[in-house]
Amino acid sequence: MVFPGSNDDRDAAWALGSVGAEPALVWHGETSLPAATGAVVLPGGFSYGDYLRTGAIASTAPVMAAVREFAATGGPVLGICNGFQILCEARLLPGVLRANRQLEFVCRDVRVRVETATSLFMQRCKVGQELVIPVKHGEGAWYADEGTFVQLAARGQIVLRYEEDVNGSLGNVAGVVNEVGNVMGLMPHPEHAVDPLLGSADGGLLLAALVDAAAAHRVAVPA
Amino acid sequence: MRATVLIRPKGGILDPQGEAVGHSLRKLGFDVRTARVGRVVDLEIEGDDAESARGEIRRMCEELLANPLIESYEIEVDGS
Repeated sequence: MVFPGSNDDRDAAWALGSVGAEPALVWHGETSLPAATGAVVLPGGFSYGDYLRTGAIASTAPVMAAVREFAATGGPVLGICNGFQILCEARLLPGVLRANRQLEFVCRDVRVRVETATSLFMQRCKVGQELVIPVKHGEGAWYADEGTFVQLAARGQIVLRYEEDVNGSLGNVAGVVNEVGNVMGLMPHPEHAVDPLLGSADGGLLLAALVDAAAAHRVAVPA
Repeated sequence: MRATVLIRPKGGILDPQGEAVGHSLRKLGFDVRTARVGRVVDLEIEGDDAESARGEIRRMCEELLANPLIESYEIEVDGS
């Protein structure tokens, strides 16, 4: 998906291509997804200049109705950074992303721990595995009320946690999935970690798993 | 008809922006215990029935203007 202000759309497309996907960029004003879509990625950036709240305005974009429908049929949907913020605002994922506790933009490699490996996004990872993936955000502090948080943890929907306090995120949450496990959002950028020459290829594990899931979805729900 | 929506971080929700503002005010010598920062949305809408406007604006708040997880809102409709 490309929203006005997305800026990691081409990086995501390149990285997905490097793990075997055939990505297509889809403008936010579209009302349907390309035929034979196997997975949807909402990229990082600053959609609509982060006006109102991050992701709030993009969550009402025309294409989001098609994304919602795609997710409802079990289609894999991954939101990265601003994409995560959009999915939360669209209430396709629980919680909300708020300004970093330290009110500073954070831009560096972080270590995240795999908490659960049951969702389709984690099929190439093991529980307890440590991944190094960069973050770059000013509003990445994930928040949900206590009851929701406890419930999500019990259901295994907290997928990734930072190994340290990066931004004031509740429970150091870095990534969550929906109840069914086909919609995931995370603040770290897997598309910036697909080449060991640039520090880490750990992000490729998530993207490759997404490509596997996309192929499976195309078989399960033909266009 | 004119209306104003006041959006605030809910009580108990950490407000780093408000904390930073409070800190700066104290540095300037003001005796400020806490500061919380929210948002104001001024609206001009069709119709002249305050009650139906209020209902409509409540829906705007739930669907877009506020995130009920972290924000509360207050609606003021100009009597005209």
